[in-house]
Amino acid sequence: MSNTQIVSPKQDLIYMVVLSVVVLTMPIWLQPFGAAYPDLMQKFMIFGIFAIGYNVLFGLTGYLSFGHAAFLGVGSYTAVWSFKLLSMNVLPAMIFAVALSGLFALLIGYVSLRRSGIYFSILTLAFAQMSYNLAYSVLTPITNGETGLQLTQGDARVLDRMAGIEASAALPTPNLFGIEGIGYSGFYICAVLLIISFFIYLRIFRSAFGLKLRAIKSNQNRMGYTGYNTRPYLMTAFVISGMYAGLAGSLLAVTDPLAGAERMQWTASGEVVLITILGGAGTLIGPLLGAGIIKYFENIFSAFNDQVLQNAFSFLPDWLGHAVASVAGLFVGDGWHLTLGLVFMLIVIFLPGGVMEGITRLWRLVRSRTTSFDGNKKEQQPSTREV
Amino acid sequence: MSETKNTRNVSRRTVLKGTAATTGAALIGASFPMHFIKNAHAQTFRGDPGSSGSVKFGFNVPQSGPYADEGADELRAYQLAVKHLNGEGDGGMLNTIKPLELKGNGVLGKKVEFVTGDTQTKSDAARASAKRMIEKDNVAMITGGSSSGVAVAVQGLCQEMGVIFMAGLTHSNDTTGKDKKRYGFRHFFNAYMSGQAIAPILKEEYGTDRRAYHLTADYTWGWTQEESIKAATENIGWETVNTVRTPVGAGDFSQYITPVLNSGADVLILNHYGKDMVNSLTQAVQFGLRDKQVNGKNFEIVVPLYSRLMAQGAGDAAKGILGTTNWHWSLQDAGSQAFVKSFGQEYGFPPSQAAHTCYVQALLYANACEMAGTFAPWEVIKQLEGFEFDGAGNGPTLYRAEDHQCFKDVLVVRGKQEPQSNFDLLEVVKEVPRAQVEYPADMFGGELGPYQV
Repeated sequence: MSNTQIVSPKQDLIYMVVLSVVVLTMPIWLQPFGAAYPDLMQKFMIFGIFAIGYNVLFGLTGYLSFGHAAFLGVGSYTAVWSFKLLSMNVLPAMIFAVALSGLFALLIGYVSLRRSGIYFSILTLAFAQMSYNLAYSVLTPITNGETGLQLTQGDARVLDRMAGIEASAALPTPNLFGIEGIGYSGFYICAVLLIISFFIYLRIFRSAFGLKLRAIKSNQNRMGYTGYNTRPYLMTAFVISGMYAGLAGSLLAVTDPLAGAERMQWTASGEVVLITILGGAGTLIGPLLGAGIIKYFENIFSAFNDQVLQNAFSFLPDWLGHAVASVAGLFVGDGWHLTLGLVFMLIVIFLPGGVMEGITRLWRLVRSRTTSFDGNKKEQQPSTREV
Repeated sequence: MSETKNTRNVSRRTVLKGTAATTGAALIGASFPMHFIKNAHAQTFRGDPGSSGSVKFGFNVPQSGPYADEGADELRAYQLAVKHLNGEGDGGMLNTIKPLELKGNGVLGKKVEFVTGDTQTKSDAARASAKRMIEKDNVAMITGGSSSGVAVAVQGLCQEMGVIFMAGLTHSNDTTGKDKKRYGFRHFFNAYMSGQAIAPILKEEYGTDRRAYHLTADYTWGWTQEESIKAATENIGWETVNTVRTPVGAGDFSQYITPVLNSGADVLILNHYGKDMVNSLTQAVQFGLRDKQVNGKNFEIVVPLYSRLMAQGAGDAAKGILGTTNWHWSLQDAGSQAFVKSFGQEYGFPPSQAAHTCYVQALLYANACEMAGTFAPWEVIKQLEGFEFDGAGNGPTLYRAEDHQCFKDVLVVRGKQEPQSNFDLLEVVKEVPRAQVEYPADMFGGELGPYQV
């Protein structure tokens, strides 16, 4: 129903402006959550890009890829090699990363997209695990195995040397014409790229191409009967999402010039599936929310230790404080996976459309409270409503 | 239809404009903090506690993954070290390490606080966690880790960020060899020392005519240990039949152990650690390797890097197995005794070697700050470089200035046949003197890098 609904251009403009403002003011409004430090905010941005790219494939076509971490890894390795061989400037690194991971996606997609459903998922998973194992041991000369590919003092950096930039005693940092890729400036680089990526993603959602992808999700056979060959569209979506993953991978290298094989492991592929489903697959901003929630859990909850808990519950009487702290201790620190699992379970059971569904429901509730005579009958929609 | 199209076109332009504007704003925003950092360059450093009454240490240990047991014990040791530094408890090694300027009133009069993080035994996660500690929690020093891959990755980050890294349990030659860093320090021994220490004992016990088969954890530590042990055993006349790499955290090693049976080898060397070693050793014993006779000799298994936690995990399988370790709680010197006593009082069981090295690292860093009279890392580094001390459990020890590696006695141990308790699992075969395991500082190459970054 809402799939075919024409969204007014004004609404898109509002989307972009609100998103930009929210993203760029993150260092301010994340302060009370204890998350306003560059590394975590960079992660929000990077995994946001990764997740919206993934959503182009999974959210729109319904093809569940379990191997997207491979493209993330390819992007990272390409970017670090670009730093090592060409220049510490992030532009060539990102361009090469996106191009190469796109190419890689083309190869994997060509084989995997011959099947659909579970077979497609397994094929992508197999390719990603293959890439991981290659990076982990076989291709050690290129990837430096488990230790991870790192910059060294003696790297070639051909373009930098030609431009007369000599390395100082310390290792050089990736930069965008002097704007460093680490710290707050690194966050802004990522933020701007997220906004640009989101704009492209928004255009894809609104385009005829996006509509065809949705058609594949709702009924691929019927689409075939109407005379469409679905394969090229799927292929394009797969490559686009691979390129998004490559961009995210290169940004990981920009903000921290090291590429490790574990970035390609199946757990990393699973993470992006988790992010997308948690936020709301097929929704516009769901994946961004999912990325934020998961990264927040991973970085903040895992850092709570007994000392922090004792302080947090110090207002309670001593014995009660200890008891509460020891129970809470199971869910934070090394138990953060447990909390994440519980939250994920609750969301999947009660809000199958992810966090976005929760927000939509709340919104509807608020609206029906304020205007009691609303076209409520018209609004009744299946729970997997697309925004 | 055409009308719709028209509105869409206008909209795209407007949206583009909006994006351009926000991008511009972001770039301006981006230049702000840069400016700030550049101006403030002079003599400031990351992790400066300034005028606050406390200083923060960052304990970055594996809380999940194959080395989680070691990580948990490391964290216990760190918490104990913080207590002792702040003057709580019985003081532990504060009373035995000589020379020491710590007075039990914190460091430079500031109370020691700490933050913790989970490395997950993954380079990426470890670096993210370390970055959080540096950027958010403003720690003066990061320490911990139970994997050389992680240690090398975090050490590199710390060099870039200008924060001192006191490595926890890391045994690879690379940590203070090819990948050594000015801001990284290691108290633990390394694979080369293990090889030098254990080779004479192997010769004594198993003779000079042996054929060895290596199973090796596939990452920096495994590789360097395989290389060092191979070199040391070939030196005493052994032959290396084969070396096979196994993935970290494999769990099931049967596919790697079966080929050993028919390889003609009579010694299996397990370059594994943590849960990997527990699994591979247990499975090797279950496959009946130790009851076999090959080439007219008893089949033997050697675990070059051994620890009590692993012996505990492997149970009966560990009995009689030879290996080396950095430290063991049964040592009788005053430093070890003091540490074992306060650790035991706190937690009810003796500490592991991982706990020991981490505890000592925390104290050594604190002491260096006290000696330097500042937390400025380049001054602290100068104090640690070439620092000689005694009373930390391994006899007279030197922090060599050229590669930031500690030189001290190494223990050769064997799994006890009849353990008295759950913790009394290893017996010390020999305390190999420091002179026997020393090597020239430039043997593994590498560059330390600058003092100020």
